[in-house]
Order: sequence, then structure tokens, then C-alpha cells
Amino acid sequence: MLQLTDVKKSFAQPDGNELPILDIPEFHVGQGDQMVLVGRSGCGKTTLLHIIAGISRPTSGKVRIDDWEITLFSEAECDRFRAGRIGYVFQTFNLLPGFTALENVLLAMRFARGFVDKARARQLLERVGLGHRMTHKPTMLSVGEQQRVAVARALANKPRLLLADEPTANVDAGSQQQVLDLIRETCGEENVALVLVTHAPEVAEQFQRVERLEDINRVATNR
Amino acid sequence: MSLWKIAWRSIQTRALASALTAVAMGLGVALVVAVLVIYEVVDHTYRRGGAGCDLIVGAKGDGLSLVLNSAYYLKKPIGNIPYSYYRDLVEGYVEPKVQIETAVPICMGDSFEGHPVIGTTPEMFDEMRYLGDRPYEFDDGGNFTWEDHTGAVVGWAVARQEELGVDSEFKTDHGTGEGAHAHEQIFTVRGVLKHTGTPVDRAVFVNMEGFYSLHVGEACDDTAEHEDHPPGETEHVAHEPGSNEDTGDPDASSCSLSGFVYVDRNNDGRKDPEETALPHVTVTLTRTDADGTQVTQRIKETDHAGFYRFTNLPAGTYTIFETQPGGYFDGIDHVGTAGGEESNDRFANIELQPGVDATDYNFGEQQGVTAVLVCLDEITRWRIEDLKGKINRGPVAQAASPIAEITGLLENIVGKIQELLLLFAVLIVIVAGIGIMVSIYNSMSDRRHEIAVMRALGAGRVTVMVVILLESILLSLGGGAIGILLGHGLIGVLSPTIFAQTGVAVGPFDFRLVELVLIPGLIILASLVGYLPAKTAYRTDVARSLTANP
Repeated sequence: MLQLTDVKKSFAQPDGNELPILDIPEFHVGQGDQMVLVGRSGCGKTTLLHIIAGISRPTSGKVRIDDWEITLFSEAECDRFRAGRIGYVFQTFNLLPGFTALENVLLAMRFARGFVDKARARQLLERVGLGHRMTHKPTMLSVGEQQRVAVARALANKPRLLLADEPTANVDAGSQQQVLDLIRETCGEENVALVLVTHAPEVAEQFQRVERLEDINRVATNR
Repeated sequence: MSLWKIAWRSIQTRALASALTAVAMGLGVALVVAVLVIYEVVDHTYRRGGAGCDLIVGAKGDGLSLVLNSAYYLKKPIGNIPYSYYRDLVEGYVEPKVQIETAVPICMGDSFEGHPVIGTTPEMFDEMRYLGDRPYEFDDGGNFTWEDHTGAVVGWAVARQEELGVDSEFKTDHGTGEGAHAHEQIFTVRGVLKHTGTPVDRAVFVNMEGFYSLHVGEACDDTAEHEDHPPGETEHVAHEPGSNEDTGDPDASSCSLSGFVYVDRNNDGRKDPEETALPHVTVTLTRTDADGTQVTQRIKETDHAGFYRFTNLPAGTYTIFETQPGGYFDGIDHVGTAGGEESNDRFANIELQPGVDATDYNFGEQQGVTAVLVCLDEITRWRIEDLKGKINRGPVAQAASPIAEITGLLENIVGKIQELLLLFAVLIVIVAGIGIMVSIYNSMSDRRHEIAVMRALGAGRVTVMVVILLESILLSLGGGAIGILLGHGLIGVLSPTIFAQTGVAVGPFDFRLVELVLIPGLIILASLVGYLPAKTAYRTDVARSLTANP
């Protein structure tokens, strides 16, 4: 369901030269697949997720999700597509501070579809074990709890693909496994494809498919 | 969840900064509201307050001063016109002979505890209307009658401030402010007027007859002009000499000369029994010999009956000269029994034969009125300019149209001041608007990550831009609401002072339609000042902002 072909990304440097970050000839994730992407810091994992999500544009190449070639979309179309079909869990600092846990989930619905489904939002929060903390603002939640709200939010619009960028990196050891299990379980329940970036070996070893970015990215291997 | 709510939440997140910017906006708006409302109320009150009559007739001078003085009780009177002129107006002798519906005289110059005291007739409240066509109504008691010379009616605010009610008694002061001195005459309150929202609220009205009796021997007001009045026909009137005898030179022959000084109310040259005598008026007698050289001069003052008499005069040719008493207009003088020539306050060439007691050399005087409030009926109102022109071309008085004068004042002076104040107030609002811009713009660096998260969740560039614009609009409108409350509160606090100084009654709940202009005005301002930060939000680089730690 996710297919990258000849995706290249480089950033302009102050001296005018282009700094190549990614050069991925081929990358594929199937419907409902759960895979892990590992790699050194700064090798371009987050950039790759941004490109898949349509947040950044590749310098060249094609990104296809289901039957849509998002690299052909306008920015507004990308925004709409991402809102409706892709869930994104950030490393941290990802909840909007002015809004309660429930509202953070509702906001994702609002931006994606223009209306909210409160029942689903509540159901998701209950699913991640926060049924009793829906009206709490992020500052009143622990980091682990915040990350669980983020998972609920990422799933709010029934996405086909969930992108998780080191979701457990800032979570204390006790909650780490809990968050990870939650992501995997809910994705399984809703048949959502999962691409999870991590550099924690204990996280990576739980997945059947583990890709090293250095292996699929020509730039990284050359550096 | 609406975008409004999203904007509101981000205001809440920065509650203190948001509140401060809103309050700054509120202060500006409060000033705008205060200026608008006070001006509107002033405009309203003045335009309609003076419209109780069509014309104000008073002493020659500045028309605006006359209107401010006699309709708003604000300035010192510019002078008086003779009582006879008022009578002529009422009787229709003043050309053109326009039918006058009501002509109410007012006399000014006195005060009670700083409130103007106005001598007038019962017509003031029986016939006149205020604010268009509202009849005067009484909270308590009623109007004084023509015969009730010590009757008074007090305005609503005076009654409250000085705790006057029906049957309260008071004395008035001559003049106003520093240098005023008390009169002996006691007036009794017959009625307390209902609130009118006009200058009448802060004035005291007394029967004009009582007012005149205060001023026998004094001026109706200190600035009265002394104008000569053309002599009319005279008639002989008998009198009984009073006690003001001058023993003079005991060796001289037994001639005498006598007469009265009096208020010739009906201006007929005849001293009627009910007409008031004027005491303490100086009369000078001179005798001239055959070649016209002055040989003797004697000076006397009139007694309580207004009577003077020079006795023990030798036969000869005499001249009597009256020093015009202050505050009165020259009336018709009457040549006495021994003949002579009458000219301005002077009887000349009185030939006294030996043993003659010449009497009735009477000097008639006219009281003054400060102004006459003239109302025309619907049928003759179109001739108002005609009447005004004729009065103004005549030698005695001027006629001013209160509406025209006040409109001129409001538009030329008060209007300009208001425009200036409004300009300042609007500048303050704009500065406050820039404050909002700076506040939101400064917060943008903290919020870049937040905006990036919204974008990552699927919010379009336009959506995040709209959220910021809505935030600016909410802050402006919130500030506007604070400002409207604050402005009306300010008006409430200032209203007693405004009322005392100008007679304009303005309450905290005097909302004006023009305030509604503030709403679209603030929205436009907010959109303008919100544009720059909104543009920043629009341009936020999502990928970079997401990876950068806040």
C-alpha cells in the first residue's frame, strides 16, 4: 500500500551546494504490515517519514499510497490526504497545549473532515486507557499518558497508515512497552500499516520486519 | 470544534499576555465610547434643549451668548431689554405684526447656592414645552400663580442637591459666584419639576414680580445697558406729596418743585397707584439767571415713596436732572404743573413764579428683562426670519434662533473638538491594535511547533492563518467589550460632574447607535493587525518546525 520509487531528497546548504540526504530506489510496505525502521541519528529517518506523510516533498521520485501518487498532489491536497489517511505519532511535544486530551483527538478529526465524531474519540481514549483523563490538559498528564493520547489522535480518522517517529524515546521505561504494545495492538485491530522509527534495539527486536535505513538508502551507506 | 474555539483556546493558553493586550484595546475603545456618547448626548441635549422656543429676543450683542445665557443658563447675561419691549412683543406692536403664540420673559443675574435664579411668569411652565413638545410636569406641588409674588418652582436637580421640597423657603443671592450678596426677600417653593434632562433641571424659577421687588434700587443685572427711550405723550396725574421735604434756604421765597421717580410698568407716562416707587435716585436741581449762567445747584435723593421735593426756592428758571438709576431703562418723563421742556432725564426752562408749588415732575423708568422666549404657532412659523430680521434691524433688541446658534456652535467648535478627541481615541485604538499584533507575533516563535503539529494533523495553511486572524479578532472584540463597559462606567462616574458643569444629563446606560460601528471597525482593525502574524503562520515550514525542539 506504500510504495517509494527512486525517492531522492537533498537540502540546499548555505554555500549553495546540495546536501543529499536520501536516495531510496525502492521501499514497500503492505496493507496492515508492521515494520520498524532503524538507523543512526541524522541518517534521514524523520525526513523519510515527512516525505511519506507529504509534509516534505522529495527532490525527485514517486511516493504512492494505495492508488494515490501523493508526489503529484498540490500542498493543499497533501494536507487533506494526510489528514484523512495517515496517522502520525511524534517523538514528543506533540499535543497542543491549550486543549484537553479529548479535544486533541477531536482536533485531528476537525482538520481532516470538518466535523467531529465524539463517540469515536472517547472510544479511542478509553482504548488507550485514558477514559478517566479525557478532560485533562497535556501538562496534567505524564509523558507516557501524553504519548497514548497521541496514539489515539493518530488513529482518530481511521488512517490506512500510521507513522511513528521514535514514539517511546522520551517515555520512561515502565511506560515504554505499554505504549509500544498499544500502537501495535490498535494498528492490528484496525488493520493499519505501521512504520515505526526507533533506535532502541529492544523495540526493534519485537518486529518481524526490521529495515536499516542505511540498507535501503544509498546516501546513508556512502557517508 | 470550530476554528473560533481553537483561536479562543490559544488565547487562553497565553491568558496574561492576552488579557493585557485586550485591556489596552479596551482603554482605547473606552475613550472612543466616552467621546462618542458624551458628544452625542451634548449634541442631543443642546439641539433639542433650546428648542423650547423659536426665537430668543434679548439685548443686542452676540446671538450665541444670548442663547447660551437664556436657554442654557451658562454665561453671564449680555444685558437687558426694556420691559416695555417685551410688552410690545406680546401685544403685537413690534413689526412685522406676527401672531406670537407665547412670549415668556426671563430675568437673570441672581443665584441660589450657585444655581441660576430666573425671574419669569407662570407661562414658563404652563405654556412652554421642552425637548420638542413635552409639557413640564411636577414631581410634587405645582406652578406658582401670577399673584403669588414670592412663589418659586425648582428644577429636579436643584431640589435633590439642596434638599428643597414644596413649602421650602429660601433666599436668593444677587449676582453669581464671588461677590454675590444675599437678598432679604424669602421665596417659597410651590412645585418641584420632574426630570427633564435639560438645563431647567438645575435652575430655580421665581415669580418675576418677586424678582423685581428684590431689585428696587439695584440692577436686574449688573451689566444692564442704559438705553434711551424716545419720549411719548404725557398726561397730568395728581399726587399727594410725601415727606421728603427740603428745607433749603429759609430766607428765600416759598416756591417749590417736586415729583416722583417710579417704575412705569405700562409705559404710559402716568404714575399709577400700583406702580413701584424708586427710592435713592439722585435728582439735581439747578437755577440759571437771565443770561443762562448757573447760579445754584441742589442735589436730593428720592425717599421710600420715590418722592423728591425742593422747597424754599426763589422765583426763577430751573432745570431738574435725574441721574438714571442703574439697571433701569429710561421711561417716559412727565412735565409738571409749572411747564418746561422735557428732554432725556431732564426738565429744563421751568419758570417758577413767586409762591408757586410746582408738582408732578415725574421720571418714569422701565424695568429690564434679560430675554423673551418667543414661540410662534404652526401657521406663522414660516415668518420667523421676517420677524427676526425686523427685530435685529430695530434699535432695541436682537433676536436669535436657538437652534441655528447651537447648531453653529456644535458644528464649528464642539464638533471640531470632538473630531480631535475622536482622532486621539482612534489612534489609541490603533496603537492597541498594533499591541495585539506584537503580542501575537511574538508568540509565533513559541507557537511554530504548535502550528506545525496542526498542519501535520491536516490543517491547511489557510486554516492556521484563519485561526490566527480569529485570535486577533477575538482579542479586539474582547477588548472592545471591555472598552464599552469601561467607557460607560467612565460616563457613569463623570456624569455628576458633566451635569453640574453643563446641565447635560448623561447616564452610564446611554448607549448610542454609533457604537455599533465599533464592531465592524474592530474586526477590520483586527484583520489588518492579525495579517502579519497570520502570514507567518501561513508560511510555517512544517518539516523544520516539527524537528526543531520548541
